[in-house]
Amino acid sequence: MTALMLLAAILILGLIAFFLGRSRSFAQSGGDIRKLHSLPSHYGWHAALMAVLPALLVMILWLLVQPMVIQHQITPLLAPAAQADTTAFTLAMDDVRRVADGLERAVAGGVMTAPEAAAYGTDPAANMTALHDKLGEVGVALGSELAPETLTAAQAYRDLAGTGAMARMIVALIAALAGLVYALRITHPDLRARNRVERIMLGGLMLASSIAILTTVGIIWSMFSESLAFFRQYPITDFLFGLTWSPNFKGGSELGFLPLLWGTMYISVIAMIVAVPLGLFTAIYLSEYATPRVRSLVKPAIEVIAGIPTVVFGLFALTTVGPLLRDWFAEPLGLGNSGSSVMTAGLVIGILNIPFVSSLADDILNSVPQNLRDGSYALGATSSETVRQVVLPAALPGIMGAVLMAASRAIGETMVVAMGAGAAAKLSLNPFEAMTTMTVKIVSQLTGDTDFASPETLVAFALGMTLFVLTLGLNILALQIVRKYKEQYE
Amino acid sequence: MTSAADFSPVPGRTAGSILTAAPDMARRNRAEARFRMYGVIAIAFSLSILAFMLITIFSDGISAFRQAKLAFPVTLEAAVLDPKGNGDREEMNKITTVGYTKVLVKSFLAAMEAKGIDTADLKDKEIGELISKEAAGDLRARVLADPSLLGQTLDLVVLATGRIDGYLKGRVTMESAKLDSNVSPEQLQFADKLSEAGILGLRWNVSFFTNPDASDQRPEAAGLGVAILGSLYMMILVALMCVPVGVAASIYLEEFAPKNRWTDLIEVNVSNLAAVPSIVFGILGLAIFINFAGLPQSSSLVGALVISLRTLPTVIIATRASIRAVPPSIRDAALGIGASKMQTVMHHVLPLAMPGILTGTILGLAVALGDTAPLLLIGMVAFVDNYPSLPVDGFLDPATALPVQVYSWATRSDPAFIERSNGAIIVLLGFLIIMNVAAVLLRRKFERRW
Repeated sequence: MTALMLLAAILILGLIAFFLGRSRSFAQSGGDIRKLHSLPSHYGWHAALMAVLPALLVMILWLLVQPMVIQHQITPLLAPAAQADTTAFTLAMDDVRRVADGLERAVAGGVMTAPEAAAYGTDPAANMTALHDKLGEVGVALGSELAPETLTAAQAYRDLAGTGAMARMIVALIAALAGLVYALRITHPDLRARNRVERIMLGGLMLASSIAILTTVGIIWSMFSESLAFFRQYPITDFLFGLTWSPNFKGGSELGFLPLLWGTMYISVIAMIVAVPLGLFTAIYLSEYATPRVRSLVKPAIEVIAGIPTVVFGLFALTTVGPLLRDWFAEPLGLGNSGSSVMTAGLVIGILNIPFVSSLADDILNSVPQNLRDGSYALGATSSETVRQVVLPAALPGIMGAVLMAASRAIGETMVVAMGAGAAAKLSLNPFEAMTTMTVKIVSQLTGDTDFASPETLVAFALGMTLFVLTLGLNILALQIVRKYKEQYE
Repeated sequence: MTSAADFSPVPGRTAGSILTAAPDMARRNRAEARFRMYGVIAIAFSLSILAFMLITIFSDGISAFRQAKLAFPVTLEAAVLDPKGNGDREEMNKITTVGYTKVLVKSFLAAMEAKGIDTADLKDKEIGELISKEAAGDLRARVLADPSLLGQTLDLVVLATGRIDGYLKGRVTMESAKLDSNVSPEQLQFADKLSEAGILGLRWNVSFFTNPDASDQRPEAAGLGVAILGSLYMMILVALMCVPVGVAASIYLEEFAPKNRWTDLIEVNVSNLAAVPSIVFGILGLAIFINFAGLPQSSSLVGALVISLRTLPTVIIATRASIRAVPPSIRDAALGIGASKMQTVMHHVLPLAMPGILTGTILGLAVALGDTAPLLLIGMVAFVDNYPSLPVDGFLDPATALPVQVYSWATRSDPAFIERSNGAIIVLLGFLIIMNVAAVLLRRKFERRW
């Protein structure tokens, strides 16, 4: 019985429990539900939850524990060489799993009979070449040489997995039935079924809300542990202060982080130079000058920019902005002939950050109290003088917060730089030269063939960690500033 | 005691009448007009860049919906395709696409002759090169599915090679063909003759929506089928995983959470997660779902898990806003007639907040549909030319997604793929527009002022 079928069986039991629980409570009340503490459906839910939850818990625990137990059991069966170091062990375990899975599929697909499958590895007469062919038929490609130990282990694996699945089914169904019987036995007009059901529901809601925390923990844990593995192989000082980035999967890489940081910062600064004035003036116009009608048309139009996926801006940078800048600026000025450049990526990221800056700034300008403006007008100031000398200074902390948030987005932007900035890690001042960023290198080190033991792959986690810390720091700072500023006027 | 001197005008300014303009008023008004103009310029600039981008993408991409195709009768010679003549599928399986290419080229040349087109300038092989390599494979699949076609003459419409397609669309010119090893100017001139004879022409390209991706060598056959299916699978899974969890979390935070450290921690977490770069979620997916939990790479399930975590803060923020918008009087009334806190929320608050939740969710899904960077890390950028099977198994099959397809086409060297990349963006934007319009309509229909 597969896990999915077992799940379905448990849910059906739950459904039965619901109806049994409901009718039992109804029967016990003698047909007068006013005598019940809770509604009959609460008794039904109570029985259903009691049947389903323990069984699900058993299933989940089983799914987590069974692989560990099996691995522990078959380790002694593997070849001594495979037991010696971890890489060989992982590979051997993969082989065992693949062979076992292939045999299962071959039996399920009717390519071989169950006794035939069981004969391999135990019966020396079994035809080994036929095994290769038959597993190939069900889409499992084996390596050329299959060690006898692997085959023995695979058979043991099949045995254990089969027994495990059977035991899991029995235990889970017993748990479900026990829960059901228990719930029905305690069903009584005085049972506070509603309170019990609602407590469980509340637990579920609480669990859902803690997923946000689990995600953060997951991010930090995954990046931290892999970064640690990286720093064990590559000195942290060389990473943080190295001036060359030249990964080489054959070994002898130099993984200096500074060229990437420089590229990231250079591009982000250009992006902010584009986004901040444009976004700010847009916000000022919309909040201080525009009539409600203009505002209701222009604001959504600007926000369309924010709704377009960044990969679209990436293609725009690659096919339009890059060649345009190269032909009109870089080549006439003698600054290079590369379509992908810091300038290309910076400009495009700037454009896609305009709506972000403008809507944040718009909110902040709108929260400046009207009486400040009225006071300024009463003293004879024009609108622009009011904005510059009263509204903007009052809104400055909030706007600083908005700018920091936009900067953190520019730093974390991936698709535009991957398509528009280039791949060469350089320390150069020329804005028309191709440079690269942390995000681009994370993508390039983690796509394609990756080997999670080599520093060239693991460095991506260290880069991710740096990126996470950097953007998170900027955001927390920005949120603090904005919150302080809001309190000031509330 | 105050004297008149205390109210004297600011030192350095002459007292003037309120009815006459101050001398610097003209300068100040000019400054005012200038300041206002900056705002107009900023808005005009942003909107014109947006318009420029959309126009470039549409003008470059719309041609992907039409494709150069050759229409001519093909005689499926039984002698070549089924040499033993017994219609046995095992035997016919041994005939590779090479055999089918021969049949196609032979029929193509016969069609030339019938139309009276002079083929003297080119070798037969060069004429054969005008037909896409994909055509033979398609024909083979068709014949193997229905061997009774053997011996018949079919009116086929087959794909022309990518360079000819480029020539009809103006991407390939005589000059570029001289430098190109894949096509010669003579072949292009011959293509002109074919167009005149009505054999070659641009036709509506259904295969762009249905075909899977194709290799670097045959851009003409590349389509979005797998990408659209992969994106659809992911959106279904994201909706199934992200929405219930997001709504449950919001209910807890808005209605039940006590004011304590833990709640504060959750709140800070949600707002910070919304600002974490999307690529970080890709790293999380790679490390936890693929390396740790052992889920299959490139599968829509892993993609959906990653995207769900990324979209969760958006859904939570939208849902909380709409729960908060339900007035407290509703809650008081429900509690007043004896409902429990949970009943109040489930029976009254949630249904009233539903339209807002739905709108927020659709908008969240629209953002999720365009998310690219995390999917690159979990291997969805790999070349996938098999359709994922039907759910539930299909969720574990390798797939790709629309925005990822845009990226992977854009990084290939043949410019024919740039056209397809733009075309894919048009399809992607089409879906986004549908989702956004749906959200706006929902909001209009159900919007309620308390």
